[in-house]
Amino acid sequence: MFSVIRARRHAAAGFAALLVIAVAACGSTGASGSSATASGPYTVWDPYPQFDNGSAWVRLLTKCGSDAGVQVKRTAFDTTDLTSKVLLAAQQGVAPDVLIVDNPVISTLAQAGVLTDTATAKVDTTAIEPNLLAAGQLNGKTYGVPIGANTLALYYNKNILQAAGVDPAGVRDWSSLTAALAKVKAAGKRGITFSAIGTEEGSFQFLPWFWGAGANLTNLSSPQAVSALSLWTTWLADGYAPNSVINDTQTTSWQEFATGQVGFAENGTWQLSNAKQTGFPYGVIPIPADNGGATAPAPTGGEFVTVPVASDSGRYRTSAKLVACLTSAGNAYTTDTTLSYIGATATLQQKQAANGDLSSWVAAVRSAKGRTSDNLGTKYPKISQQLWTAVQAALSGSASPQAALRTAQDAAAAATR
Amino acid sequence: MNNRTRLRPAGGGETPEVDASPRLGRPLRRARSGQWAAWAFLAPVVAYLALFYAYPLYRNLDLSLRDYTVASFVRGGAPFVGLGNYRTVLADPTFGPALLHTVVFTAASLAFQFTIGLALAVFFHQHFRLAVALRALFLVPWLLPLIVSASTWSWLLNSDSGLVNYALHLVGVGPVDWLTSPHWSLVSVILANVWIGIPFNLALLYSGLQSIPDTLYEAAALDGAGAWARFRRITLPLLRPVSAVTLLLGLIYTLKVFDIIWIMTRGGPVDSSTTFATWSYRLGFGNLLPAFGSGAAVGNLLVLMALLFGLVYIHTQRTAPAA
Repeated sequence: MFSVIRARRHAAAGFAALLVIAVAACGSTGASGSSATASGPYTVWDPYPQFDNGSAWVRLLTKCGSDAGVQVKRTAFDTTDLTSKVLLAAQQGVAPDVLIVDNPVISTLAQAGVLTDTATAKVDTTAIEPNLLAAGQLNGKTYGVPIGANTLALYYNKNILQAAGVDPAGVRDWSSLTAALAKVKAAGKRGITFSAIGTEEGSFQFLPWFWGAGANLTNLSSPQAVSALSLWTTWLADGYAPNSVINDTQTTSWQEFATGQVGFAENGTWQLSNAKQTGFPYGVIPIPADNGGATAPAPTGGEFVTVPVASDSGRYRTSAKLVACLTSAGNAYTTDTTLSYIGATATLQQKQAANGDLSSWVAAVRSAKGRTSDNLGTKYPKISQQLWTAVQAALSGSASPQAALRTAQDAAAAATR
Repeated sequence: MNNRTRLRPAGGGETPEVDASPRLGRPLRRARSGQWAAWAFLAPVVAYLALFYAYPLYRNLDLSLRDYTVASFVRGGAPFVGLGNYRTVLADPTFGPALLHTVVFTAASLAFQFTIGLALAVFFHQHFRLAVALRALFLVPWLLPLIVSASTWSWLLNSDSGLVNYALHLVGVGPVDWLTSPHWSLVSVILANVWIGIPFNLALLYSGLQSIPDTLYEAAALDGAGAWARFRRITLPLLRPVSAVTLLLGLIYTLKVFDIIWIMTRGGPVDSSTTFATWSYRLGFGNLLPAFGSGAAVGNLLVLMALLFGLVYIHTQRTAPAA
């Protein structure tokens, strides 16, 4: 009897000891984590999980690290995860030394105090094209360097347009585009696909039409905005665009184009390498504005290389070296080529424009506009949410374009007041 | 001593001394150390519960009572706003539709899952050839990762290239915008959720059926009870405890269903398939500018609903006659 009790007591002591060890282990990992960021390798977070350790991108990171005399520890995240991961890391004081992040997130992170501005970290931005840099600026300060840029344009299927008797060079405004879609439909194919999904992607895809009509994000219910949304709504009603665009991401809408049954597709620079694998000849034209034959300003996409706030400001010097290395002309050219991006400096853009494939993309990037530009900053996400909701409401038929945009404007005004 | 005899069940009262004498003879110290040992054994569970249940719940409550912006989330010092977030959420135009959709989604899912699951369980209880193999096949939806089944459903229900619309076309019915029409999106996600939930109901109810002795059915059959009468008078009443647990677990699971809806419709178009679960996610993570406070408030409303039904369950278990 006694031995049983003693055994029990021993077991209890054992459990208690285990618990102490477990708690201590938690504590020690936390401690070693913070000490690692104080003197250990430099951490880099990027949204390119498609690149593994053998890729040119990771080799470039390692090389930039050894040039700066430090070891680089890289972690890749899915781009939609990265914002919340960074916010959490910043809350715990374990933000990475260098962060590569999608440009519309910059203003949010900057306002949260997660990022240093380029003056503090001593990062040079003089060579960067102002329309691309604007996406990373808030209240007169710049919070990073674009690694490159992408934007939207219209891909077309040469076979389909030829069979339907459409000359892509003649598509210079909305009425000529709609006429072309009608011809494609008459030839038995689908006119156009795009993504109108109820997320940021939907707003991203709608903005070239919204801005191309002359509308402004500060007034979502202007007549110009209504005309842009009416354009999309009539395309759906007339069967020029499939109804599934309401739920299509840019990837799924691309897959529809890749089946070879669709005349046009609104999609981004990053699909260029996929376009070569579709098995049919394709071309690219800039998205036309409402009238006047001009190119509509498309929103800029692409990531910024930033330096998050660190507890030890001595680290900024090396971090800045890493940023400079990643965005230097030669390295950025390699990176932009792997990502199918357009360079962020005039020199790079000229070099790329010489390549026939990219010349229309360079033109599109030059007329592109940052979503958070016009000092919208953190107001943009709130406006954008209302914008994509209005697009969804009008396309799904639950409200007219006017009514949907009126509701959106009221909600956006209330949210940004 | 008086107390102890009073508390004892009537049957055990005959020999109190046998039980009591060794206990009185033991030193008090040993009893106390036994208590310590008991607490030490409890400690891992208590620590686990505190760490993984109590603390997150407390954090969520705290989040919902403060005005969190991204800045205050990172630097701390979010001002306490009391029930401000709850007021914002209640006044939000999304609240009404989201509540309605949550109730409809949960009720419809449960009703169909349970009915179909019970029908299949009774069917497989007949022990025909290949019953085991077929039953195993019915469990497949349960084994599939949700992202796979939800993506498959969204392909099937695609307006233009989906198999469902193709089948409708073959029988002469025009295409339905399953996922992109505000009238159908909720129906579509319920459909997918019912399909995913049937195996769970089937498995639980089938095991419940196995615990009903065959002799009861034989006796009833001898007394001239038909198949329907046997089902109503024997199967249903004897399955009641299992049914209650199945429904409660199903309810809690269905209330928080998020992945299926998010993958299939993102809660849209507009709010037509938004439930509390997807709304909470959209507020907290679905935007470039997260609203953690209101997101947490919606999440807490969801916890409250689940808790309420849990209490209802406990209450009915207490008051129900012991079956």
